[in-house]
Amino acid sequence: MNWLPLWLACGLITFAIRYSFIALEGSYHPPGWFVRWLPFVPIASLTALAVPELLLIAGKIGVGLDNPRLWAGLVAIGVAARWKNTLLTIAVGFAVFALLRWIG
Amino acid sequence: MSPASAFLLGVRALLPMLLGVAPFGVIYGVVALQSGIPPLAAFLMSSLVFAGSAQFLLAQLVGAGAPALLSVGAVGLINLRHALYSASVAPVLHALPRRWKLLLAYLLTDEAYAAAIPHLLGNPKSPVAHWILFGAGFALWAGWQLATLAGVLLGAQLPPDLGLDFALPLTFIAIVVPLIDNRARLAAALIAGTVAVALSGLPYKTGLFAAALAGLAAGAFIGEKR
Repeated sequence: MNWLPLWLACGLITFAIRYSFIALEGSYHPPGWFVRWLPFVPIASLTALAVPELLLIAGKIGVGLDNPRLWAGLVAIGVAARWKNTLLTIAVGFAVFALLRWIG
Repeated sequence: MSPASAFLLGVRALLPMLLGVAPFGVIYGVVALQSGIPPLAAFLMSSLVFAGSAQFLLAQLVGAGAPALLSVGAVGLINLRHALYSASVAPVLHALPRRWKLLLAYLLTDEAYAAAIPHLLGNPKSPVAHWILFGAGFALWAGWQLATLAGVLLGAQLPPDLGLDFALPLTFIAIVVPLIDNRARLAAALIAGTVAVALSGLPYKTGLFAAALAGLAAGAFIGEKR
């Protein structure tokens, strides 16, 4: 497998995406609506990454007790909303996850 | 604030996330080896591509013998959301020398952005704001390299059923939930999550990009109405 050129191509396209607007700044100013919408970007993209991880088991929605990720995730959401502490959220979420897997 | 204290502020903002990222990096190393990627190649992907979920995707595609062009396109697709991070931090960086812009663009990941953006929004005119982003970006980069190396060294010796990958969605929950302080932001999260599940069957994670856009549009629509 000729991996080095493939890695370089993937790295280049990733870098180009990350550099895009940083490079344009000065010659292009995003319009006001664009700037107002930006706070929604981390919320929408990170939620899109997380929710399928909680809900789906092998591509199918699982809401039973056989899906420890869902229940541990819901507890983590509650902990995050109440205490706003990253470390605590991850620790409690993983503890619930491990406990449910151990029981099940 | 001095550059050094701004750098450390960025490092400290990111450190808790390493708890979620490090297991992910270890698992990446293990998964990459299982896909038939040589250890050196698996380790170097972490600095040459440097993008968590895209590295998993690339390892899977290489393991499945996918054509190179398709692999590059898939990696670009899943990383498209970084263009929005790029636009988000561009106003803070626009007066900097090009070497700074190149460096910070290379380090601009989900986690570095999430760790730094509350501080950047707080004081965008600060002359050391870029040091905060550099601190967060460097901390994630160093942690990712070490975690990947550990994963590659552990290889197939690690039991596969520890569920360590669950630390990643937990990290995203810990980031997103405290940000949701109004109806528009709640709508953005609910729509993005729903669409991501509905479109999860689409190939190469294109559903994730559509879901992020749908959530963005929902939040913006409700935000503009008020």
